[in-house]
Amino acid sequence: MAAIQVVRSEWTKIRSVASTVWTLSLAVVVTVALGMLISALSKNEFDNMSAKDRLSFDPTFISFAGMTLGQLAMIVFGVLVVSNEYSTGMIRTSLAAVPQRGTFLFSKIAVATGLALAVGMVTSFVAFFLGQAMLGSHRASIGDPHVLRAVIGGGIYMTLIAVFSMGVAAMLRSPMLSLGILMPFFFLISNILGNVSATKKIGRYLPDQAGSKIMQVVPRIDDDTPYGPWGGLGIMALWVVAALAGGYVLLKRRDA
Amino acid sequence: MIELEGLTKRYGEKVAVDNLTFTVRPGIVTGFLGPNGAGKSTTMRMMLGLDRPTAGDVRIDGKHYDRLKDPLTYIGALLDAKAVHGGRSAYNHLLCLAQSNGIPKSRVAEVLDTVGLTAVAKKKAKGFSLGMGQRLGIAGALLGDPRILMFDEPVNGLDPEGIHWIRNLMKSLAAQGRTVFVSSHLMSEMALTADHLVVIGQGRLLADTSMADFIDRNSRSYVRVRTPQRERLLDVLHQAGVTVVEAGSGALEVDGGKAEQIGELAAQHQIVLHELSPQQASLEEAFMQLTAESVEYHAHTDTPVDQPRPWGEGWNRS
Repeated sequence: MAAIQVVRSEWTKIRSVASTVWTLSLAVVVTVALGMLISALSKNEFDNMSAKDRLSFDPTFISFAGMTLGQLAMIVFGVLVVSNEYSTGMIRTSLAAVPQRGTFLFSKIAVATGLALAVGMVTSFVAFFLGQAMLGSHRASIGDPHVLRAVIGGGIYMTLIAVFSMGVAAMLRSPMLSLGILMPFFFLISNILGNVSATKKIGRYLPDQAGSKIMQVVPRIDDDTPYGPWGGLGIMALWVVAALAGGYVLLKRRDA
Repeated sequence: MIELEGLTKRYGEKVAVDNLTFTVRPGIVTGFLGPNGAGKSTTMRMMLGLDRPTAGDVRIDGKHYDRLKDPLTYIGALLDAKAVHGGRSAYNHLLCLAQSNGIPKSRVAEVLDTVGLTAVAKKKAKGFSLGMGQRLGIAGALLGDPRILMFDEPVNGLDPEGIHWIRNLMKSLAAQGRTVFVSSHLMSEMALTADHLVVIGQGRLLADTSMADFIDRNSRSYVRVRTPQRERLLDVLHQAGVTVVEAGSGALEVDGGKAEQIGELAAQHQIVLHELSPQQASLEEAFMQLTAESVEYHAHTDTPVDQPRPWGEGWNRS
């Protein structure tokens, strides 16, 4: 079984279902549009801000504000790519064609990750440039220190969110269960844990909070986060690896 | 050739497949028969490496399924017509299967034509009727031009024309020297297509025999007789050395008897006959008897009806 055959097959699978198109386009539109809106609002707010807030004003990070919602579309994409196989019963046909389960799972994830990376990068760059256009005189430039790193990091962040969701879906199989856990987790629980002082120290090791550090250019004033931007992305990557490993082990063991 | 050796599958304490040993040979259609829930589908899933056996072994041409290079070119299977992503077109469904096994693209159009789905090739599978879904599944099985074909209840949901088509397809595949393994819960269907028969009940092997042998052994022929002068006829037949069984509603059954002989005897003794008809017990009855015995046997060993045991006892018995 040549892995390249399986990759080609997975590409056919992913491009031939409507959910791929609508989840990914939703991710782009929501991230960019919401980023532009929040950038425009921040520009108008700037004059009323305290001196402290002005010091930590981070135009790059503000233009990525849409990702809090846009990442949910990426989660749906990641979940559906994997759990579609189970909810439709296609998994039995797929595994009969490719009994090497590791090759099957990782070819699927490689294809979906490549696609998510392409879309994530485009989203990140578009969100940055359009967001900066909205910020007017307070804008950052792509040539400013650390800005390019943040923008590329934004694309990687969106990709990793999708891959993490693929790993979770491979473990849970059911699309409803996977979405029912991932969506509220990233939209609500992670934010709550990160903002309540008692749980803040744990919260910042969660995948989204650690990973989003890469998109910050101007550090917050009282920032005591024990890792840097790449360290944060590394922590997120560890979560992703753990989810994928869990998915692989369970797929390997389970009856299809 | 498919070889099963002591194949067993347990879910917790429940035994779904119990120590199955048999061989599916090339060049003939082998019917895999059993009532619903007998373990047919589980056995087939284990053959394809989808479910892991608790014990025992299955080999395809001497190899484990996951050792086959491009398995669709060895063995094609129709397991479940619904094992398809409904949002994908029939063409793309087959294309992704073909690509995963290095099968040329041109083959997709060929099998679509074989199963008669060319006109709806670009349509999404969710709009397909059960019969069309079944045809798509069969197209997937034929894709790699495999030497072994496996169909799980292929006539389900097909119209009479479709049933006729699949019967002929299976026969022609076997005539080409391929191994054809087909499951069903209908004896009548098997009698029309299968050359060899493997019967299971409660996961156990009940019969592994040629169709001809099974018919010989299990189809009882008898003559049914109805008469108002029952006692007289019984006496006459008894004197002639013919064994008679009393059937319900006043009818008599003469096992293996000749209608002519009975008629002549009755005429000689001036006995009025209301009915004299040769009968053949159906294979369906024979099959039901065979599987009913296994069910009954099972029920008796596991849970005696007359004396309920305390809860939890017998927990470890399989």
